[in-house]
Amino acid sequence: MIQFILLFSRQGKLRLQKWYTSQTDKSKKKITREIIAAVLSRKPKMSSFLEWKDLKIVYKRYASLYFCCAIEQDDNELLTLETIHRYVELLDKYFGSVCELDIIFNFEKAYFIFDEFILGGEIQETSKKSVLKAVNDQDVIQEVETPQGLIDEY
Amino acid sequence: MSNPIRLRDLIRQIRSAKTAAEERAVVQKECAYIRDAFRDEDNTWRCRNVAKLLYVSLLGYPAHFGQLECLKLIASARFTDKRIGYLGAMLLLDERQDIHVLITNSLKNDLNHSNQYIAGLALCALGSICSPEMSRDLGGEVEKLMKSSNPFLKKKAVLCAVRIIRKVPEQFDVFQNSIRSLLSEKNHGVLLTAIALIIEMCQQNSQALQIFRKLVPNLVRILKNLIMSGYSPEHDVSGISDPFLQVQLLRLMRILGRNDLEASETMNDILAQVSTNTENSKNVGNAILYETVLTIMDIKSESGLRVLAVNILGRFLLNNDKNIRYVALNTLLRVVHADHSAVQRHRATIVECLKDADVSIKRRAMELCFALINSNNIRTMINEMITFLATCEPEFRADCTSNMFLAMERFSPSKRWHVDQMIRVLTTAGNSVRDDIVSSLISIISSTSELHGYTAQQLYKIIRNDITQQPLVQVASWTLGEFGDLFVSGQYQHPDDNEHVQASEDEIVGVLEKILNWSICTVVTREYAINALMKLSTRFPSCSDRIQSVMTVYACNMNLELQTRAVEYTSLFTKHNPIRPSIVERMPVLVSNAASNTANEETSYEPEESPSFNGQNHSVQSTNPSEHVDDLFKMLDETPQTNGRTDSNTHSNILDLLNSGSPQVSSSSNPLEDILFGDDLSKNESMNGSNSTIPSMKVIDKNGLLIVFQFEKQDSILVIHLHATNSTSIPLKNFTFKAAVPKTFNLELLPPNSTTIPANNSGDVRQIIKISNPNKDKLRMRIKLSYSSNDFQVNDEAELNTFPEQCYT
Repeated sequence: MIQFILLFSRQGKLRLQKWYTSQTDKSKKKITREIIAAVLSRKPKMSSFLEWKDLKIVYKRYASLYFCCAIEQDDNELLTLETIHRYVELLDKYFGSVCELDIIFNFEKAYFIFDEFILGGEIQETSKKSVLKAVNDQDVIQEVETPQGLIDEY
Repeated sequence: MSNPIRLRDLIRQIRSAKTAAEERAVVQKECAYIRDAFRDEDNTWRCRNVAKLLYVSLLGYPAHFGQLECLKLIASARFTDKRIGYLGAMLLLDERQDIHVLITNSLKNDLNHSNQYIAGLALCALGSICSPEMSRDLGGEVEKLMKSSNPFLKKKAVLCAVRIIRKVPEQFDVFQNSIRSLLSEKNHGVLLTAIALIIEMCQQNSQALQIFRKLVPNLVRILKNLIMSGYSPEHDVSGISDPFLQVQLLRLMRILGRNDLEASETMNDILAQVSTNTENSKNVGNAILYETVLTIMDIKSESGLRVLAVNILGRFLLNNDKNIRYVALNTLLRVVHADHSAVQRHRATIVECLKDADVSIKRRAMELCFALINSNNIRTMINEMITFLATCEPEFRADCTSNMFLAMERFSPSKRWHVDQMIRVLTTAGNSVRDDIVSSLISIISSTSELHGYTAQQLYKIIRNDITQQPLVQVASWTLGEFGDLFVSGQYQHPDDNEHVQASEDEIVGVLEKILNWSICTVVTREYAINALMKLSTRFPSCSDRIQSVMTVYACNMNLELQTRAVEYTSLFTKHNPIRPSIVERMPVLVSNAASNTANEETSYEPEESPSFNGQNHSVQSTNPSEHVDDLFKMLDETPQTNGRTDSNTHSNILDLLNSGSPQVSSSSNPLEDILFGDDLSKNESMNGSNSTIPSMKVIDKNGLLIVFQFEKQDSILVIHLHATNSTSIPLKNFTFKAAVPKTFNLELLPPNSTTIPANNSGDVRQIIKISNPNKDKLRMRIKLSYSSNDFQVNDEAELNTFPEQCYT
């Protein structure tokens, strides 16, 4: 099971965070700080895996963003890299050539996509098509409901 | 009131802030506005405000005042509101908060909503943040949805069930019946999630494990279809069909096949098929191969399959991708003990990994290398490890040196090689060596008498130029202190290379003084040095004055330990000069701790012991002491009087203090003697020989073995000092000496200082015999001795009648 996932920039600014375990705000902040520091200090030649407490941290850098996933001891690290890649592909398909700004300005949509791909720390859908269809359908419902948009337009 | 600013605009404002203070100001202003809006119960724009709040909470600002608003959004009929509301709940609420239970009602309604997406939102939130109470309340709804015909809802409900039984294991009963049918679904999402649920159930409940084992054939079939079926663009990743599902299936198979032969057998074929057919050029294929290897190793697979798995790992090690190398090393470390020979084949590759740039890879390669060392490859492996030690990170060094020492203890071809390599290790590792290595090395040097002079020479060579490495200097100080005289006299096996070095007594004393005086050396090192100097005061009589003046200087040293020792040593020079030689006498050969402990136990409890007290032989001989003694005395027809008296209490105390092998038996009650390194007090006379007025007697001179008795009268006790030397070129090992005297005498035989008589007269074995002769009868003695020369056992005996008269008058 994935315990948490963090997306952050090269300057250490958090762009997305999803926690599947119950933690206080204070401890979430502490963990986030530690992991960001640990990942940012890794050199390019090193492997994508890090041991941290009793978890395995799998991270991958895409352009200016680090995608960082904490998994349990009996999870498959190489498959987690594939999971991260699948998420990036979904974002890419949805936003059309995604970049960090897209994720900054549309963070709620990034979350919606993530929640259609992973639930409770486990993958729920392996078909890209199905995930994106679900997200798009829900976007349509929103548009139909309030054509002028409530969050960003108007 | 105008509309609240758009999310996008807020984000722009925050990003354009130039300083942290500016950003804080923007955020606080907006949060104040949002708080007001919440208070005013603004329904229209609530979703926008909450969205903005979620953004600032991502930046790290507090957003708890929005929690209740999320609940209101969830309760709203608008889809937009619900979507943001549930997101907010997942981000801002967790089961620690009380507010959280207020969602339960909304969740219940939404779970039953006709719109699948609304039910989906509810399920998603439940799967993320449910608490035990919510699990109990809503478990039934979730189970209902598991039976839905809509795969979209089914898969989400199943993952909710996973979460629920994690929180409340008792809920297992609610879900177990629905599982089987899920496996016959075609939808990959449903299959994937169903397997996740089965995995969770099996991990919690062994009963479930039994039930689900029956599903193994189904799982095998599903996996087979997945691999064999044609191209499915929806689930394809680089030409492989649904790797996520494949890995999930393999994982469940691992759990079900563990410890179950039948299940494992059913899986054999498909595992072999996946191992051989999976494309390994990309990460995705390797992920599947990795999972397959883990499964093969964990179940009761046949040996062919296991070898196949280890070979896959071996191939991984050659892969350019460092992630794959890391994963391979990790797995090899787990299986190396079970499949040792299969892993040995990849030793060369593993050694290569020691040079990797990644710290975790290096660490695993190092641990794996140590697991693979055996007597065949020890020389090459130790060379590799020393090269590694020279370049590795400091945090590895302590572990590396300790492991090297252990490996060498187990597998080294010869003691000399062992000592040489350890010296190399100490020179390379510097100060990162653990303290117990120093003492272990010292005990190895001490236990091998052939190495005494040789090691002193080797160590001297190094420390005359460099005394920065504390562990090395400690070992060197000790060795030079003990065996410096052997080194100076040249009586040892010279090294094969031509780098032979000779040193004078003054030079050695000079080096030790340097160590003692250099304040950068640690206190422990300096303590070693001061002890060594003291020992050399008798071994190098010409330097005795020089050493005495050093001690006098240090008697005023600021460091308490050094000062105490120096003061005591100074008094040894002045007030207690007569006993100085015996106090700093050469230590008896240290038997390694394991052997000495068994010896200790046996000596403490044996009431009657054989005369010789060697560590190893003792256990053999002590079983029949009376038998041997009886043989001996049948000849003399006298009562046996052979025993070594042991005072078990002092005995064990002494040993605790010394941690030395040969048990010391002290007949004198002087407490100072109880902590002597050397032998019995009365022996010092034998060193100089000047105090004895009784001529010495040659007892045996045969085949290179010469035994001489030197006599000394102490009150009415005759003390005989036995010296045994060996002029052959082969050391005589396991030397034991037994003696018997007529009934009217009392004989006490003390343990020898060693049981190996070094070759070429380079050392001797000394033993003390004490005889009391109240009747003043003529002394006669029958002796029996045995030793081995080159594994050839020699026994000899003799009757001694020609003792000098002064012995018994």
